Amino acid sequence: MKKIILAAAVFGMLTGAAFSQAPNFDDPAEFAKQRDQLTATFNGPADQPYLQYAGDSMADTASFKKEGPWTVCFSNAGVNNPWRVVGYTDMTEEVKLHPEIGTFTHVDAEGSDDKQIADIDDLLAGGNCSVLIVSPNSTAALTPAVEKACAAGLPVIVFDRGVTTDCPVTFVHPVGGYGFGIQAAEHIIANVPAGGKVLMLRILPGVDVLETRASGARNMFKEAGLEVLGEEFTDGDNAKTKSIVEDYLQRGTIDAVWMDAGATAVAAVEAFEDQGVDVPVVTGEDQQDYLQKWRDLGFKGIAPTYPTYQWRTAIIAAVNTLKGEQVPSPEWVLPQPAITQDVLDQYINEKMPPLHYAMCGCEDMPNYPQAWGGTE
Amino acid sequence: MTDMPLPAKNPRRFRFERHASTILLLAAIALYIALIIIMGQTRFLTLENLVAILSRSITLGITAIGQTFAILVASIDLSVASVISAAAVVTSVVMNGDPAMMLPAVASVLALGAVVGLANGLVITKLEVNPLIATLGMSLIIQGVLSYYYNNFAGNVPVEFQIFAYGTVGIVPFSLIFMFVLAGCAWFVLRFSRFGSDVYSVGGNKDAARLAGIKTDRVVIGAHVICSLCAAIAGIYLASRLRSGAPWIGAEGVYDLESIAVVVIGGTVLAGGRGGIWGTMAGVIIFSLIDSIFNVAGVDAFVKQVLRGIIIVAAVAFYAARSKRPVA
Amino acid sequence: MSAQSLPRPAAAKRSLPKINPVYVLVAALILAIIVMNPAFGEPTGYMNFLKRVTALAILSAGALYVIVSGGFDLSVGSIMTLTVIGSSMLASNDPNSTYWIIPLMLCIGAVIGLINGLVVSYLKVPSLIATLGMMITLNGVAFMWSGGAPRGYLPDTFRFFGRYNITDIPVITLLPVAVICLVVFGTILWWGMHRTNFGRMLHAVGDNQQAARLAGVPVERVRISAFVVSALTAVLAGVILGGRAGVSVDIGSGFELQAITAAVIGGAQLLGGRGSVPATIAGALALEAIFTLLNLLGLAQPVRLVVQGLILIGAVAFATYQRKRAGR
Repeated sequence: MKKIILAAAVFGMLTGAAFSQAPNFDDPAEFAKQRDQLTATFNGPADQPYLQYAGDSMADTASFKKEGPWTVCFSNAGVNNPWRVVGYTDMTEEVKLHPEIGTFTHVDAEGSDDKQIADIDDLLAGGNCSVLIVSPNSTAALTPAVEKACAAGLPVIVFDRGVTTDCPVTFVHPVGGYGFGIQAAEHIIANVPAGGKVLMLRILPGVDVLETRASGARNMFKEAGLEVLGEEFTDGDNAKTKSIVEDYLQRGTIDAVWMDAGATAVAAVEAFEDQGVDVPVVTGEDQQDYLQKWRDLGFKGIAPTYPTYQWRTAIIAAVNTLKGEQVPSPEWVLPQPAITQDVLDQYINEKMPPLHYAMCGCEDMPNYPQAWGGTE
Repeated sequence: MTDMPLPAKNPRRFRFERHASTILLLAAIALYIALIIIMGQTRFLTLENLVAILSRSITLGITAIGQTFAILVASIDLSVASVISAAAVVTSVVMNGDPAMMLPAVASVLALGAVVGLANGLVITKLEVNPLIATLGMSLIIQGVLSYYYNNFAGNVPVEFQIFAYGTVGIVPFSLIFMFVLAGCAWFVLRFSRFGSDVYSVGGNKDAARLAGIKTDRVVIGAHVICSLCAAIAGIYLASRLRSGAPWIGAEGVYDLESIAVVVIGGTVLAGGRGGIWGTMAGVIIFSLIDSIFNVAGVDAFVKQVLRGIIIVAAVAFYAARSKRPVA
Repeated sequence: MSAQSLPRPAAAKRSLPKINPVYVLVAALILAIIVMNPAFGEPTGYMNFLKRVTALAILSAGALYVIVSGGFDLSVGSIMTLTVIGSSMLASNDPNSTYWIIPLMLCIGAVIGLINGLVVSYLKVPSLIATLGMMITLNGVAFMWSGGAPRGYLPDTFRFFGRYNITDIPVITLLPVAVICLVVFGTILWWGMHRTNFGRMLHAVGDNQQAARLAGVPVERVRISAFVVSALTAVLAGVILGGRAGVSVDIGSGFELQAITAAVIGGAQLLGGRGSVPATIAGALALEAIFTLLNLLGLAQPVRLVVQGLILIGAVAFATYQRKRAGR
């Protein structure tokens, strides 16, 4: 009971970029744009996706040029889910690669808008930041705080979820929620005959990026003539996910399970296993436990990603700004690849923890894998 | 009356309890200043930063003022977080960017708060449901109704209304002044009104209070109405601060458990009848200071949680350990 | 033998042997589920259901010990989380590790329960606050230990208890190990509460602490033991839930209030003196059956919240009404 409310709190701030303030989760133009971006060619080195960007629009940051050592301030919405834990590790390791960063100040709002606004006030009152990086807990609520920081003359970098002002130097994010939904839905449509039954498992309603993931997929299923058995909310809870799948299995067959996020994908797969039923198509995300389950059982999986390497990119954008170099702007759109059967093996690493997100772009970093909880 | 330790009967204990929250507050301040000096961060010793610290927890502060009333009558309110969410959503939906709707919005939110408080009070007194269960159930009902209609930030607050959260007099935010004025009013009511003294009597010993001719049910209901009203005001403030309301913002801030924690840290006894508003305000400031100390010292988010848990228990033990009464 | 009769044999004589309404509720709910979904009447249907409810049922029965003694234990959910996270950290994929990890986790649980009990009994911190602090602290510890995300898997030997089904059994076809655990631990907890001197003392302490003390009951020891029992069952519930669901960092969150709810639906009286283990287990079944039924009816999450809130308040109000009518 309280869990539901708590889960809402936790997942209210789940990974995601909000593209518009108005809760319009079925925007055909945005859908088409993201669909194109999934297959577009990105600028920058192909082997370093965290440096790549879509489009040519750049911001001139000469006015922010500053001699080191810098104090990089980071207001974080929270590290309250494994995706954010991996991302934050990416970020701290990236900081270590830049000797010009003298101090890295991290304040954690523990998933509360109210607290994050106060945190940014604290950072501004301290008056010591060379640059402010913000990972907003929610879009509209953090906008005034970000505007205040811009007005104080600080260069601001926003990533993951956006704000509704264009005063920041740039907004770093991957392609987006529709893209995620499209990749998973295309895979299901290709592997399930018309008329097949799809169960859609979602974490909870209302979160922008999760809504766009679902709305993208839902439209595609309809077009392809697949029957959606139901859309159920799991609160991101393994036990509940398992119960839901068990209940649906009791009432009939399931040809595919579409998931809006991967953390509970393995629980869904286990529900089939425990009932002694063959595992159908189950989509997931790039976390290790799912990738390994997929390989071991050999079902038809796919792992769309919401890459954690954007946390690295945020630091890189901050450093480039303080160096006075050009930065992709107003948005720095990163590539958002999906892990498919062909490339599955290259992303599996059994030395990494179960909820390590493989698309971290971190394998080339000096402290990999220990810093991410892996073993040599 | 024997069971009711009226201050006058036990001046020594009273003095300790009266000053304990001040001692805790001074300790927190000393720790903060020491930390700043040790870390060579004296730039934090400015008036601006003091204001920033005090303004950290205004939502919590307003909520805790109300929670103090509930706890003083030996009740408790777990529904405040849901009321905050509902109030914020109603505020922003009714206003929907239109300055002319500011007054109706505030009025309807206050009415909502009063109704919830009344319902809580009635369920607790007339149906004799344990307050923990009654308000937990109420919280679920409000949350359910709210998320039936809304599942995201809904509506928005006009710029004029954002002054409540962002406007300042000099460097002091309106909202900070508002919180202290509200605390002053609450103190005045508790200290000088008939209702205030009834609150202490009912919380101290309900049966004795009833025998003394106090309509105890009305006092409990009144305390709950005040509690929910304060939560509603906190929701209005939060809508102004976040520019909109969403059905999860109350739960997200954990205002239910945190408001109980600061009230108790401020020296109000969970069993009711003893404590007061200024202790609660001290508790709120202590919480803000702890947050700031953690931020200045760069404490890891997880270590923060561990320390916060220990601090809550230790602070309450600081008062309670010498108490002779059994606790629930 | 209804539990209510134990502390008050005199009251039992006066009224006709009556059945605790929770059993009627469970029967009605299950009947409704079978009508809506006949597959539920088959072994896979009801065994899956029992398997699902095992963790909560054991947890609630343990939490009841603290409730009967007159306190609350809000730390049980965080103990479950700590058990699952800690076990996954220690196991490092070694199937034999289970045999020392579970005893070790039980020891850690016992220590946590002991600390809760000591803080409540000797530092006089109200159990609500003491265990709230413990909850926050333990969640932080689990995060610190794991770095915020699970760092290992639970070996199959560990998951045996929550996940494995014994198949090819006549009549019932399959028997989940979890259901065996439910029967075994349910019986032990029933015996401890209703058939031992300790159980009687527990009721006495919860009913009236001073009177119990005067009657020679070692009040502190009894209360501390209650917290230890509660913490130990939380570890067991953690093992079973972890077995069923696998590792996640917030696996136990929310269970503390569910456990209290289950006990309350089973007729336990908050603040002590009354409660029955079988009725509490039935309360847990009722809670899960309500969820299942609402699911089958296709009701959205918000409606479920409202129904839960109403049932919670209704159950307690009904129990109070019945007690009043029976002349207490």
